[in-house]
Amino acid sequence: MNTEAILSFDEAMEKYDPVLGFEVHVELNTKTKMFSSAPNVFGDEPNTNVNEVDLGMPGVLPVVNKTAVESSIKIGLALNCKIAESCRFARKNYFYPDTPKNFQTSQYDEPIAYDGYLDVELEDGTVFRVDIERAHMEEDAGKLTHMGGATGRIHGADFSLVDYNRAGVPLVEIVTKPIEGAGSRAPELAKAYVAAIREIVKNLGVSDARMERGNVRCDANVSLRPHGRERFGIRSETKNVNSLRAVEHAVRYEIQRHAAVLDSGSPVVQETRHWHEDTRTTTSGRPKSDADDYRYFPEPDLVPVVASREWVEELRATLPEPPAERRKRLKADWGYSDLEFRDVVNAGVLDEIEETIAAGASASVARKWWMGEIVGRAKAADVDPGQLGVQPATIVELSRMVEAGKINNKMATQVLDGVLAGEGSPEEIVEKRGLAVVSDDGPLLEAIDAALAAQPGVAEKIRGGKVQAVGAIVGAVMKATRGQADAGRVKELILEKLGVTV
Amino acid sequence: MTEQNTAGTSADTLIRLSAAELAGKLAAGEVTAVEVTQAYLDRIAAVDGLVNAYLHVNAEEALAVAAEVDAIRAAGGAEAEALHVLAGVPIAVKDLIVTVGQPTTAGSKILEGWHSPYDATVVERLRAAKMPILGKTNLDEFAMGSSTEHSAYGPTRNPWDLDRIPGGSGGGSAAAVAAFEAPLALGTDTGGSIRQPGAVTGTVGVKPTYGSVSRYGAIAMASSLDQIGPVTRTVLDSALLHQVIGGHDPRDSTSLPDPLADLVAAAKTGNVEGLRIGIIKELHGEGYQAGVEYRFNDALELLKEAGAEIVEVSCPNFQYALGAYYLIMPSEASSNLAKFDGVRYGLRVLPEDGPMTIERVMGATRAAGFGDEVKRRIILGTYALSAGYYDAYYGSAQKVRTLVQRDFDAAFEQADVLISPTAPTTAFPLGEKLDDPLAMYLNDVATIPANLAGVPGLSLPGGLADEDGLPVGIQLLAPAREDARLYRVGAVLESLLEAKWGGPLLAQAPELAAAVTLETQEAK
Repeated sequence: MNTEAILSFDEAMEKYDPVLGFEVHVELNTKTKMFSSAPNVFGDEPNTNVNEVDLGMPGVLPVVNKTAVESSIKIGLALNCKIAESCRFARKNYFYPDTPKNFQTSQYDEPIAYDGYLDVELEDGTVFRVDIERAHMEEDAGKLTHMGGATGRIHGADFSLVDYNRAGVPLVEIVTKPIEGAGSRAPELAKAYVAAIREIVKNLGVSDARMERGNVRCDANVSLRPHGRERFGIRSETKNVNSLRAVEHAVRYEIQRHAAVLDSGSPVVQETRHWHEDTRTTTSGRPKSDADDYRYFPEPDLVPVVASREWVEELRATLPEPPAERRKRLKADWGYSDLEFRDVVNAGVLDEIEETIAAGASASVARKWWMGEIVGRAKAADVDPGQLGVQPATIVELSRMVEAGKINNKMATQVLDGVLAGEGSPEEIVEKRGLAVVSDDGPLLEAIDAALAAQPGVAEKIRGGKVQAVGAIVGAVMKATRGQADAGRVKELILEKLGVTV
Repeated sequence: MTEQNTAGTSADTLIRLSAAELAGKLAAGEVTAVEVTQAYLDRIAAVDGLVNAYLHVNAEEALAVAAEVDAIRAAGGAEAEALHVLAGVPIAVKDLIVTVGQPTTAGSKILEGWHSPYDATVVERLRAAKMPILGKTNLDEFAMGSSTEHSAYGPTRNPWDLDRIPGGSGGGSAAAVAAFEAPLALGTDTGGSIRQPGAVTGTVGVKPTYGSVSRYGAIAMASSLDQIGPVTRTVLDSALLHQVIGGHDPRDSTSLPDPLADLVAAAKTGNVEGLRIGIIKELHGEGYQAGVEYRFNDALELLKEAGAEIVEVSCPNFQYALGAYYLIMPSEASSNLAKFDGVRYGLRVLPEDGPMTIERVMGATRAAGFGDEVKRRIILGTYALSAGYYDAYYGSAQKVRTLVQRDFDAAFEQADVLISPTAPTTAFPLGEKLDDPLAMYLNDVATIPANLAGVPGLSLPGGLADEDGLPVGIQLLAPAREDARLYRVGAVLESLLEAKWGGPLLAQAPELAAAVTLETQEAK
């Protein structure tokens, strides 16, 4: 479906320097909507979470949701922004049936938060500072479903259905300044930036931050310029790129596409682009010029939002530790190497390890269990490690049982399987599966005698001083006891029996 | 019940009583609310065919509310004690204000047959006071006009002369009150839509301080200028009604948090001694009808005799007010009226041919649903807000607005209350200015500054112009939040004037019932 030429990424990078820009829309998880008392709930029957305000009935007036303002200030503070002492809403006028009033109430020239930055950490630990131009409040539009066409887009559809449940949901739009200097790491930075925003709003508790539900939506701007040139090239804006992977792929694709266009000598068209997950390509949307005339003017139905300095400081005091600082602190506390820590972060088990340590495990035990056992099981089950349902207390209990010599490591992993299979607590599983380490020497001595009798040559070698040969006898004993013996004790008993002192 | 009425007051006398007098008779048990309401419904049935003040008459519900009041009063006890002073006093509501149980049209075809799912805050307050709502009154479409001729449902006629306009946009409310089809009415005032109709129909109209009456449920024309207010026959009645509808409303962000002053007490103060009353130099003289000037000067004389100090103030930027108003108002209106697109409610018109796209359905609906004046203002406002023109038009107009506010600030340094004629002329003949928008707009030259500045204004009858025998309005203006001053000065001036006339001005209005007979005879 897409026949546009692209250059290889490497070739594009050789010739051009990418400049990025992002508009990330974050849906706030307030109880009610931005300007009405209707519930802000996802997934209900269409047009049930609406009242006369959301439907733009004649005579209605908006009232600003104070919690939404609070959440917006928190986001602004987390992005190191200045918070406006007083700011207004404006009306963005355009006719489209997803907007019940035929204008969107949005901040325009007076954002609540402005002039900030976010330090974004790439996978190898490189920190890249992204300047934030502003974070402003606005309302979401309703959702249109185009029926009868092949593509689900309005073009070719017979009719469209509109659901106003989403109309009026509070949004914060976070706009970056142009991001220069990312070079070939631009796609990776794009993904890391959106991931960082998602992490921040989730950490603040102001959004459910689920990209698959559209809680966090990204518009990615890309332009290229020849190396060494200061002036920006013409940009495209790829709309609604709604997964982290897609953000990375979309930026990469647009860089390759722009490079091919520029190479052909034609100018890049300033337009919006649609992202297609299936083909990992973009297609042309509508032309977008800076002269799009939305006839913005200050919303006369609302008084300015005033954020007193006292209020802002109160909110600042309630902010949770920023994710990046938390990571720095945890790494130092736990004493992991750079590589170990990065693996933990990339595996997404930071919270789980922290909880496990808090429950009483040592940092190394917690890491060993999560990284060594649970991450692999999660991957096999194709779920997030946290979703397996492993309780920190379970790991603490397992590790205590191993330390006490009650079970060995091999058994412990079996117990974990039992826990995951819902067979009960570790204690119960040890009991039920009969997994306890055999500590009565009687049965062990019988097994040792049998093993020595079966391998007289080996017994001779050990007697002759080749102590390392004992492994073969230990292995045979472990096999005979189906792994329930304590291998250390078995070795001791064998050597004792053969009269070898080490 | 009927014997009580016949014992005292005839229906014809009842409808001519002020709301305060009616309230007294109701409280004293001399009449019942049902009798009062029925008397008004009968009057509407008798004369509204001539006046066309009402777009909808709400007889059944009004009588039910009246009966409820009567039952409560008859039962006595705490509930009867708790009845509002205006309980059982009927009222008419401008059809720009939404009401459950009755249609709301805004005077437009685009809302024909639409029923609001919710009540305006002011309507909730009328219901809480148990005031029977007689019906919805006519207006210029979306309140855009000064003559009520821009109603999609035909013009309202002036009860003083049925060939003349009743003012606008709230001509229906003013005419209903002037023709004794209601004792009280609600209007909305964006540039003079309460005060100018009051002036040309010999009634009292008040535009409260911006934000002192909730706008929730008033279909917006220009949000930063619109204000709901009382339309009555006496200043005291306006104060009584203002007290019912005023006060903070959490559903209107622009609603003032201040508690409402005791406006009724202010209307009963009874003196203006030592008050400084400022004549606005720019709002009389040239461009004002001679008879209007005479009556204005009479009023000044009376106030002076009553002990007020008359001073002259200058508001030099008022000359730009009309121009600024006709940029700000259409700008806001162009956006406020965008919601009328046939998608969710009201009229939907499908294009006659060609593709049935949403843009074309919206276009066909708006083309068929809006009248010319509405389209004119939407086009004007859309232009004024357009990129490249915004600063020159909307931006400059906002600067003028600030200058007008400063003029008021300076004037209120020198005077406690300002005074001017409400409108430059008396009622003009129907059709005279319909094709001349600029001449029509000039009607509001004296009322617009108050809307731009958000200050309160009151218009009361100042007598009849010598040359045409038609009512002249006197406008009083006070600083924001000082609405009480208007009631104080207004009530004093009213009593001085009525003493001079030997009764209310409306007593001199021609008898409409006679006109009915005449018309019927002519028809035969």
